[in-house]
Amino acid sequence: MILKQLSEAIGVSGDEGEVRELVLDAVREHVDDVRIDAMGNVLALKRGKGRLQSPRDSERRLRVLVAAHMDEIGLMVVDHDKDGFLRVRPVGGIDARLLPGVLLKVGPERRPGVIGVKPIHLLKDDEQEKVAKIEELAVDIGAKTKEEAQKLAPLGTYATFATRFRELGPTVMGKAFDDRVGCAVLVELLQGEPFRFDLHAAFTVQEEVGLRGASVAAYATDPDCGLALEGTVADDLPKEKEGSPTTELGKGPAVTVMDRSFIADKRLVQLLTSTAEKLDIPYQIKQPGIGGTDSGAIHKTRGGVPSVTVAVPCRYIHSPAAILSLDDFKNTVRLVRESLSRLTARTLATE
Amino acid sequence: MLRHLSEAIGLSGHEAPAREWLRKTWEPFVDELRQDSLGSLIGLKRANSPEASGRPSPKLMIAAHIDEIGLIVSGIDKEFLRIQPVGGSDNRILLGNEVTVHGKRDLPGVVATRPPHVVPKEERDKVVPWDQLFVDVGLPAGQVEKLVKVGDLISTRRELTTLENRRVAGKALDDRACVAVLTLALERLVDVRHEWDVLAVATAQEETGIKGAMTAAYGVAPDLGVALDVTFGNQPGIPEAETYPLGEGPAIAVGPNFHPGLVARLREVAEAEEIPFQVEAIPGRSGTDAWAIQVTREGVPTALVSVPCRYMHQPVEMLDVADVERAARLLAALIAGLEVDFLESLGLSRAPRGGDGIGRQG
Repeated sequence: MILKQLSEAIGVSGDEGEVRELVLDAVREHVDDVRIDAMGNVLALKRGKGRLQSPRDSERRLRVLVAAHMDEIGLMVVDHDKDGFLRVRPVGGIDARLLPGVLLKVGPERRPGVIGVKPIHLLKDDEQEKVAKIEELAVDIGAKTKEEAQKLAPLGTYATFATRFRELGPTVMGKAFDDRVGCAVLVELLQGEPFRFDLHAAFTVQEEVGLRGASVAAYATDPDCGLALEGTVADDLPKEKEGSPTTELGKGPAVTVMDRSFIADKRLVQLLTSTAEKLDIPYQIKQPGIGGTDSGAIHKTRGGVPSVTVAVPCRYIHSPAAILSLDDFKNTVRLVRESLSRLTARTLATE
Repeated sequence: MLRHLSEAIGLSGHEAPAREWLRKTWEPFVDELRQDSLGSLIGLKRANSPEASGRPSPKLMIAAHIDEIGLIVSGIDKEFLRIQPVGGSDNRILLGNEVTVHGKRDLPGVVATRPPHVVPKEERDKVVPWDQLFVDVGLPAGQVEKLVKVGDLISTRRELTTLENRRVAGKALDDRACVAVLTLALERLVDVRHEWDVLAVATAQEETGIKGAMTAAYGVAPDLGVALDVTFGNQPGIPEAETYPLGEGPAIAVGPNFHPGLVARLREVAEAEEIPFQVEAIPGRSGTDAWAIQVTREGVPTALVSVPCRYMHQPVEMLDVADVERAARLLAALIAGLEVDFLESLGLSRAPRGGDGIGRQG
């Protein structure tokens, strides 16, 4: 399963090389053209077999950009202590509550490192409740001196969780499903039959630090519409007050209508939901207002690009161990493939 | 060995998997092995020096606890498990931890709470309370119901990792590192003459109140006791006075819990063998097996040797392997050098004979 390799690969924003290599190996034989742009995005083109015209230019075949981001959240070394500890800051959105007790891989050598906190035995009364700020934490690689730490993990060294991928049965557990599961869906799309339009696949960089890769990828590919593939928040743990679970595991792909980064194109939402209903593919509408995806950059590229996001629900994203349902994954591949097969110039021509 | 011991499972009161591994490991090094009713493993290595023949040999008990902290299933809510601590588990470090749920079969899982994206900021700034922590094994509710019940144990799943400078990090090094110390010491004693009976004890239920050491010491009725445990390693955010640097040798404790004569002997041995050591002053309760051993029966002169360890009760407990080796050398040298009349030289007499068999020849 490519999801396993993608999940275990390390690629914090700005350092996506290992993921890029995996992606290139997986898609190279299945596309007509592939290149790496100035920021490190992988841009692959799978030409269409049909004559679907672009609604903007009848001389041109319809172009669809499908994006999934390769980067993951992590930490970066910003200082070294006299006793050899590394001081770090977050790259992307890190929940500080998760850091005490983690095992990390540090730097290009994938050196193991850990984060510990003051032992429970030494806590003062008010400290048991307090979350240590990232600025107060230190990564310990076993170095004994400042000089040793500087040599082994220079300023700017990246680190992230060292989690192994695990199959739990109907679900799998691992790190970085946000958004390696999106990458896996996109790889599956590229490995299948061509569509009637030109499929521009962008495996983007730096989503977690502000949708940076997607914005230049969308500019370069100049698509007629865009679709971002994601792993998104599932919140189905028991709660004190009942409320929306954002998304739920096992209930199918989640279609975004609006999040913090964009309002989805109605026509594309309609295409997805009607396809799901026609083919009896389970789907859910993601609770509006939560999260942001590459669509947030794509939809405002050049003169504007109708965009939508489809996501595989994941419990515990941005944590060392997320969980997703393999059925949701398969249904996401199927829903996207079937919906895109039904896409016509008319879908986009009318409001 | 450290890897085996760290990764072995043995929560307080349920030490069997770790103990059974240890039983096999100790077998070649000891003359007798038994298990007491609380679950401690007791190995006897008889005095074997010519001076030992004739009258019964005095008994040295060395204790390292084999239990580890963990979690227990306290409720099942849909497919999610509610949890409570076994021993001093720390809810500050649980979130995101991989665990094994010991249900009808072992189930991998993760400790989770609701995502930060959907909870108010005040909640995110607080440590997640126990009633909002869950274990997710990734199975549907129907299957969870069949496989897991309230009261099932949950252990931390973490491989031992080697870092720079022969430092290792993993779970349960408190106190399996000292079980390793004790085992290495037994190994060193294979061809060594000693005048004292050595009672190696892997104690149970230390983390839930030093129970194993209490009953094992009663059963053994030792003349001298040495407890082995971890102590706080140097780490950011803790005053140096409260910590002991990694890699500078084991710590020998002083204070009311420890007999000055035995402490002095340990220091002499370390100096004679050129083993680096540190001195740890403990003004009161040591919170170790030494606390129980000292007041066993009519009282036992007791000492504590500790391996400095960072991040105690976290799955990243870290220590320097050299300190483990040094503690083992110190212990083996102590045993090899104990004169049959060491107690008398301290102005003490032997413990009256008693107890329940193993380790007793009189």
